[in-house]
Amino acid sequence: MTPTQAMRFAILQFPASNCDQDCVHALRVLGAQAKLVWHKDTSLGEVDAVIVPGGFSYGDALRCGAIARFSPVMQAVSRFADNGGLVLGICNGFQILCEAGLLPGALIRNRDLRFHCEQVFLKTANFETPFTSGIRRDGVPIRIPIAHGEGCYFADAPTLERLQAQHQILWQYCDARGAVTDAANPNGSVLNIAGIANERFNVAGLMPHPDRAVEEILGTEDGRSILNSMVSALESRRAAA
Amino acid sequence: MKAKLVITPKKAVLDPQGKTVANALEHMGYAGVIGVRVGKYIEIDLAPGTSAAAADKALNEAALRFLSNPVIEDYRLEIVE
Repeated sequence: MTPTQAMRFAILQFPASNCDQDCVHALRVLGAQAKLVWHKDTSLGEVDAVIVPGGFSYGDALRCGAIARFSPVMQAVSRFADNGGLVLGICNGFQILCEAGLLPGALIRNRDLRFHCEQVFLKTANFETPFTSGIRRDGVPIRIPIAHGEGCYFADAPTLERLQAQHQILWQYCDARGAVTDAANPNGSVLNIAGIANERFNVAGLMPHPDRAVEEILGTEDGRSILNSMVSALESRRAAA
Repeated sequence: MKAKLVITPKKAVLDPQGKTVANALEHMGYAGVIGVRVGKYIEIDLAPGTSAAAADKALNEAALRFLSNPVIEDYRLEIVE
């Protein structure tokens, strides 16, 4: 394998995933390889990273992500993550990773009970991760769309303390100037949390959609810096191998 | 034979739906309501002759693994003839 070969992403596909093709498109725009992996598959094949995409897997029956987490492919994702593989969950994918216990906490109904479909600003709280290293560091927040009804992040107090102490909070909702305020919090998430990582920083999840923000025609290209961070991290790993 | 599972949001978890319902009750004039939590009720039909003890054990496990999310919810399980 040569370092010039494109990074290979697996995009999971559950019944009622609806951002799977967006993820494939976004990654191809960025020059990566992307293939869909059906949720009944027990293997991911030869891939460098996994994306659990947005949507409404199983119609959000019972709780968002509660059924998808038991799909056969999720065992392969767990093993992949245990071995240090990079996994990113977007929106419903974030919910699935929390339900699966790959990330701490849970996502509950937005505090105003409304579905929010809008652009939000994100402050990056930790730049030293495979998901954030390429994000601009000049204090200007990135702008990414959200589209969810159940994106209010909750974790109990000890878990939040751990997340803060270990810098596992990656993104927080903020205003256009980068201030983390209650007014800029679209869903009531504790500490304005929009996205977090696990303790090893190889699994992350966020409610906003970087996959819908890679082309200027859609209003913002800021999602590129998240996906490109993953690509850079994978390239560094490959170069070191 | 049935299993009845009542799932409620934990005290520390925001329950905007409960709050909205509480406000509505107040506006309708039902005095004395000081709090509402909206949860879920799941009724599970069990085959006749199922051992209540075995069902209790299995469904407690299912409640913790799947039917409720212990991060945000509490549950109460009851097996009835």
